[in-house]
Amino acid sequence: MRVTLFIPCFIDSLYPKVAMSIVQILERLGHEVIYPEGQTCCGQPPFNSGYWDEARDVAARQISVFRDAEVVVSASGSCGAMFKKFYLELFHGRPQEAEAKALSAKTYEFSEFLVEKLGVKDVGARFDGKVTFHDGCHGLRELGTKAAPRELLRAVKGLELVEMGEAESCCGFGGMFAVKYPQISTAMAEVKCNSIIDAGVEYVVSNDSSCLMQIQGYLSRHSPRVIKSLHLAEVLVQQ
Amino acid sequence: MTTSATQFQIDADRTTADEPRRAAVRSALGNYKVARDKTESAFASWQHARDAAAAIKYEGVNHLDHYLKEFEEKFTARGGKVFWASNGAQARDYILNLARERRVKSIVKSKAMTSEEIHLNDALEKDGYHVVESDLGEFIQQLKGEAPYHFVFPCMHLKREEIGALFQRKLGSEKTDSPEELTMIARRALRQHYLNADMGISGGNFIVAETGMISITENEGNARLATALPKIHVALVGIEKVVPRLADLALLLPMLATAGTGQQLTCYNSMYGGPRQPGEIDGPEEFHVVLLDNHRTRLLADAEQRDALHCIRCGACLNVCPIFKNIGGHSYGTTYQGPIGSVITPHFRGLQDWKHLSGASSLCGACTEACPVKIDIHHHLLQNRRNAVAEKKVWWERWLWAGFRELMKRPWAYQMAIRLAPLGQVFHPLVLGTSLDPVEPWTKTRDFPEAATKPFHDWWRDRKGVRK
Repeated sequence: MRVTLFIPCFIDSLYPKVAMSIVQILERLGHEVIYPEGQTCCGQPPFNSGYWDEARDVAARQISVFRDAEVVVSASGSCGAMFKKFYLELFHGRPQEAEAKALSAKTYEFSEFLVEKLGVKDVGARFDGKVTFHDGCHGLRELGTKAAPRELLRAVKGLELVEMGEAESCCGFGGMFAVKYPQISTAMAEVKCNSIIDAGVEYVVSNDSSCLMQIQGYLSRHSPRVIKSLHLAEVLVQQ
Repeated sequence: MTTSATQFQIDADRTTADEPRRAAVRSALGNYKVARDKTESAFASWQHARDAAAAIKYEGVNHLDHYLKEFEEKFTARGGKVFWASNGAQARDYILNLARERRVKSIVKSKAMTSEEIHLNDALEKDGYHVVESDLGEFIQQLKGEAPYHFVFPCMHLKREEIGALFQRKLGSEKTDSPEELTMIARRALRQHYLNADMGISGGNFIVAETGMISITENEGNARLATALPKIHVALVGIEKVVPRLADLALLLPMLATAGTGQQLTCYNSMYGGPRQPGEIDGPEEFHVVLLDNHRTRLLADAEQRDALHCIRCGACLNVCPIFKNIGGHSYGTTYQGPIGSVITPHFRGLQDWKHLSGASSLCGACTEACPVKIDIHHHLLQNRRNAVAEKKVWWERWLWAGFRELMKRPWAYQMAIRLAPLGQVFHPLVLGTSLDPVEPWTKTRDFPEAATKPFHDWWRDRKGVRK
């Protein structure tokens, strides 16, 4: 299959390894990976801030960049939800509505793509370590992705998956929310991270790097022991 | 920033720093979740029940004109009186006038958030009436001189010891922190008020059009006493509470109990159809229902957010909300706290003054998932943000997002920016920990990741070059 990658801007800049891992995993599975270099940001920051006109201009670019794609795979559940759900709202009753719908229909979050679309649960990975999984809220509640990442992790040799008490609780990132209401955002991170620490794991894994930025940012500063955050793809790529 | 927004930041600073209180609230709501999950699983399909409940509320809310009139007709046929209050002032005046005309001296109340909404107690007390809250949580909050912390669990933030000390101080009781003894102290204090009161004021959980009745659901039996013993009963109910049929309650009452407290049904479920009828041995001589609009029709006019009127005030969205759990109910500064409060308060009290509540959300969607009547709560927060910007832009945000748009519309500019990011970060340590740090709200409590010296864009380009 020709798979077109959507690599959100912050992954491009802060976590390129996540994107590289996705490329490697998909190629190993025998798929052709395409990365349109004209892509930038999905427009979620201004969208969430109420600046829909600005978001729409950015989003319209992305729609045209991915127009010819057969399937689009997003490295982040949150930005994937932007393509899949929020573009429909953004372009409701506008000329690009049909194109937004087309993009929505062919967009998949990475783990969902592997499990639901390709039917792959075991990518042949090996990773020695005790891991807990954090559900990013957009992936979980906007896209309904809960089982797929766990099925993929369970198939990894050497990996022990432990559920934490607050798996489905928000990490407190929320984009601009994290800096507009830093005290609330940090309190939420504290609850989340204490749950990760209590799970006794060495790694916290998620399918959303934005949550991991928050979680790792808090853990590095406050955790009594080293816990490393990894994107699901960074685990699945290891052999 | 408006005053309420500034106050919100200050209160959030204080409450998030109070870890013992946060832990207590978290623990209480953890117990709620266990109970709720268990009760929810007793439904053949909770998701189908949600669909059905939403459909019932949709029908009621979208045909208020029909169903409220039907209610009025049936209710007045049995001697009840209905007053249509467009706003809080009209509702207060009606109740005050009634109290004056009937020479009322003492008033006992059961739980009614509508009365908090229109500040009814203040108005009555200012006029010299003795008003006593009879719901245990509300009674405690009244003694404390504080607004409810949570619209279902008014004093959930208080520890037993704090309640004991409050009773000692205000009621002159012996020192105790035993829940049973505390309940008995409150009961003794309240009993005499029921007997003395000549007016009982309640809210209403549902208005049943078909039978012309008010449904009240409760756990303490206080609403029964407050509405049966005094000569006059006044029910102050929001117009959105109307449901078409009595049979609708067969679904809505268990759902309200499940979502609200994790119970299959609350302990007391009463239907009130009018004043005492000839031959009946109890009940009030007069029964007035005040139907309160107070900006609800403004929300009704908003097709996008109209479903917020489906709310049955179960409080489930508060109970699962990570914001509520960390900042508590009082920080909101509203009658209705939590996610649903953040949605409706801007409609009730002004968008510009209350938009910050819609901003103070990570949009995690736990509220929407928990809502038994399927209100699209977290998406309404997004719509409030959009509407607030459409009305009035904040100058620095306007520049920020205009700049963002120009950057993101140009791939070359975007790629240059992410290539320059690591360079910019080299200088970050110079301002780290000072007020000059542009990302200080982040770095104050969290580390910031290092930007890659080689972004994915460049990795891909190099790799492509090699492969060619």
